[in-house]
Amino acid sequence: MMLTIRNLTVAVEGRRILDGLDLDIAAGEVHALMGPNGAGKSTLANVLAGREGYEVLEGEALLDGQDLLTMEPEARAQAGLFLSFQHPVEIPGVSNLQFLRTALDCLRKARGEAPLDSAALLRAAREAAQVLGLPADFLKRGVNEGFSGGEKKRNEILQMLLLEPRFVILDEPDSGLDVDALKLVAAGVNRLRRPDRAFLIITHYPRILEYVRPDRVHVLHGGRIARSGEAELAHQIEAGGYAAVLEGSVA
Amino acid sequence: MSTAELDAALSQAYEAGFVTDIETETLPPGLDEKVIEYISAKKNEPDFLRQWRLDAFRRWQTMREPRWAHVHYEPIDYQGLIYYAAPKRRSETEIDPKLLETYEKLGVPVHERAALAGVAVDAVFDSVSVLTTFKDKLAEAGVIFCPISEAVQKYPELVQKYLGSVVPPGDNFFAALNSAVFSDGSFVYVPKGVRCPLELSTYFRINTARTGQFERTLIIADEGSYVSYLEGCTAPMRDEHQLHAAVVELIALEGAEIRYSTVQNWYPGDEEGRGGVYNFVTKRGLCAGRGAKISWTQVETGSAITWKYPSVILKGDDSVGEFYSVALTRGRQQADTGTKMIHLGRNTRSTIVSKGIAAGHSQNAYRGLVRINPGASGARNYTQCDSLLIGPHCGAHTFPYIESRNPRAIVEHEASTSRVSEEQLFYCRQRGIDPERAVALIVGGFCKDVFQKLPLEFAVEAGKLLEVSLEGSVG
Repeated sequence: MMLTIRNLTVAVEGRRILDGLDLDIAAGEVHALMGPNGAGKSTLANVLAGREGYEVLEGEALLDGQDLLTMEPEARAQAGLFLSFQHPVEIPGVSNLQFLRTALDCLRKARGEAPLDSAALLRAAREAAQVLGLPADFLKRGVNEGFSGGEKKRNEILQMLLLEPRFVILDEPDSGLDVDALKLVAAGVNRLRRPDRAFLIITHYPRILEYVRPDRVHVLHGGRIARSGEAELAHQIEAGGYAAVLEGSVA
Repeated sequence: MSTAELDAALSQAYEAGFVTDIETETLPPGLDEKVIEYISAKKNEPDFLRQWRLDAFRRWQTMREPRWAHVHYEPIDYQGLIYYAAPKRRSETEIDPKLLETYEKLGVPVHERAALAGVAVDAVFDSVSVLTTFKDKLAEAGVIFCPISEAVQKYPELVQKYLGSVVPPGDNFFAALNSAVFSDGSFVYVPKGVRCPLELSTYFRINTARTGQFERTLIIADEGSYVSYLEGCTAPMRDEHQLHAAVVELIALEGAEIRYSTVQNWYPGDEEGRGGVYNFVTKRGLCAGRGAKISWTQVETGSAITWKYPSVILKGDDSVGEFYSVALTRGRQQADTGTKMIHLGRNTRSTIVSKGIAAGHSQNAYRGLVRINPGASGARNYTQCDSLLIGPHCGAHTFPYIESRNPRAIVEHEASTSRVSEEQLFYCRQRGIDPERAVALIVGGFCKDVFQKLPLEFAVEAGKLLEVSLEGSVG
């Protein structure tokens, strides 16, 4: 297993959001995590990435056998974890290219690799920008500075393409995107699908799953995975809503 | 990362804090007319200058130390300071290798074959200039770049004409003190129509304990000329405070342009505020003729207290004044810095961009005056003043003064205060960037507008300096 989560129980400001969650994701797989608003989908993403403000009461999360929950956020990233943020923050004055270079330097240094040379990085970044339909001057602009919602989401995918993580969490990569942008984001994800890489796509809507076909779909409810199934489960949710698929579930 | 963590472990990584073990010739501490006579005689000065110093000293004795700045320090014992310290020369021509070593260690290119080949350096150690590079190459272009003590001997008429013409001896308490006791500094004259072929640079180093450094810089750009000048400063780590009270005067005649950049990294003191340099400096430029331009760019990371306002008097019609500043304070550092733009001529324009960054328990104030006199029709000023806070214990303050006496002038002022947010830090860390590098990256982005104004060779230096200064500013 690439990612193994056992009995994960997490509170935010004293309130239990995740309650004994189990989840296994094997290398090469794409899993979708769905669920109604407030079910705790983003909490799971943030806890795995190491954001402050979440209290882990019980359980563990292993990435390639490493205990994620005891690691600093940057160490998790260096271990191959990438979170595509639902709301990426702006860093004024720091160009996308400079940001990418710094991140790559740090990641490569942690892996004991020499820094990527500037020309190679620039080439790779330009190509990735093109794939995502981003304008040529995009790399010079400040990180997310004055970007539209769609540009921010595509910038997350651009970073993912260049940083080449092993395990990717996409937190609502589709929210606020029109169908053209959605296709570009999906194409970015599909481009990176490989037998030694895994994805967890968090989403409200089955729409993106039309373009990125998941191996497994999970429904988060009551603080744990209440229902799991094949891609077909997403269609059932679309047709009948969460109530229909959760009927008779443990929650 | 919590704000408490952010603020924790404010270690002081000051790389220039070593002492050079060198024999020096020093006066005993104390200041009276005899000390001034001694300095003047030591430098074999003409009578006008000796008298000028004595007049300044008498003036200074009647003045009181100003107290209006947003800084706090124990009273300075002016009789406890040393006013003259000079490394002993072994011979007339040879420079002590220990001095060369010192500058090499500090990364200052004192050899003409140095990596920064486009830069000429004047190196000032304690009270005297110890060497100047590329003099010949500059002389070919007609540019004079030498220690001011040498200019007094060789070009007394230029010195007499311009010294004190922008900052008169009685201008303020520290300027008066400087006028009385200044020991060395740099002198630049760029003749009519000449574009100075090299970046000029002066590197100031205080070494001897309890020594005040009072250097004097005088730059004259004759009609239609151009010069870019940079000063750098460091001092060893010492427990007591050191006073640095310099005066810089710039004169740009018709159509001339002076770009003056400062990378100031005087010893800032330790975490509890022990030691560190008091950087009380008067810097002023005069756009004397039509279309003259003076641009100040400063990156201030050092000093226990920074208290200065590089200013421009826009006398010539259509003249331009600029001030770009990054002031970073951490630990117990205090800064009260900014600029004055005095618009006298018509259609004069000024731009002020100030970036203040405060970390630790530091206090960082911007103070700026924009004055539009009645005759300055069509004058314009744009001021942008941004503060960035790192952690909960520091302070940022803005004191803008706008005095417009001409209804046809346009003055714009924008200000902002922001914090390095936990979200920004987490975002960087999620991409594998360690917290220190993340803060340096975010701060570098905040300062981008100013770094772009530095000469290319020094923009990289300034970025690195900022990174070093921020080391340990996050938990």
